[in-house]
Amino acid sequence: MKNIFENLDKILENRARLQIMSVLISNDSYDFNSLKELLNSTDGHLASHMKALEKEKYISINKSFIDRKPNTKYKATAKGITAFKKHLDALEALVKQQK
Amino acid sequence: MKEISEYEKDLASIRHIMERSVKFISLSGISGVMSGVYAILGAVAAYFILYYPVSPFNQRVYSINDYQTLSQLTFIAIVVLITSLATGFLFSSRKAKKYNEKLWNATTKKLLINISIPLFTGGFFILILLYTGHFSVAAPASLIFYGLALIQGSANMYDEIRYLGLGEIVLGLISALFPGYGLIFWVMGFGILHIVYGTIMHIKYDR
Repeated sequence: MKNIFENLDKILENRARLQIMSVLISNDSYDFNSLKELLNSTDGHLASHMKALEKEKYISINKSFIDRKPNTKYKATAKGITAFKKHLDALEALVKQQK
Repeated sequence: MKEISEYEKDLASIRHIMERSVKFISLSGISGVMSGVYAILGAVAAYFILYYPVSPFNQRVYSINDYQTLSQLTFIAIVVLITSLATGFLFSSRKAKKYNEKLWNATTKKLLINISIPLFTGGFFILILLYTGHFSVAAPASLIFYGLALIQGSANMYDEIRYLGLGEIVLGLISALFPGYGLIFWVMGFGILHIVYGTIMHIKYDR
């Protein structure tokens, strides 16, 4: 039992961060505003989670301007994809074990 | 450490979000049925211009070449296109509102870019065909390019749209073998297939 819990990713145990990673896994890239809309989040809330994911190098950032408005695009890194998959496997194992 | 039920909620929440982030789910089944109906009405109008009083199942021996007929047909096609798009927009924005979703989001943008490439290629190709007098292959070409666009867009829509796309392509190819019957295949592809598909989608997802 202990082992399975150890497989969980500390960063992704937060549901918002897990959701952000799931979007970046399913899409090539996603921009800040679309992500905010999709997750029904606020600027500050989302920014703090993005910073945490960036610190772990789970995502990469590409800043540019569209019509003079800042446009920030995020991508999942190879490290992020591996971490997400591992965390998902652990989640599934936990849920399965319970049944 | 969280409760197991919280982990279950984690899994459930990302499943939904992953789907919403990739797929444009607001497209309504009813608007598919309606565009099929418009296409059939348009085809009936075209029949009275082109064939009447000959049965549409008889092969047309003469070809459309006078300016007036062509402009009337173009007018019908534009009316069908605009009413279909307007209905699609109306019903889809209603559905989006129901699911508390914005109609115009990152997925919609991606979808439109993806399908516009085959659609515009097909559109220009058909204009060239008409301009060079190859009227008989215009209907098959419209079915084929529309089918290709649907398959291209299926990555960002419900998976079933792929079958609608394949159906349109097959009809288009068969239609190319039978020049002069373009209108019949047009009714089958844009009319009947849309109605069947829209009905299935409505029953499966919208109720």
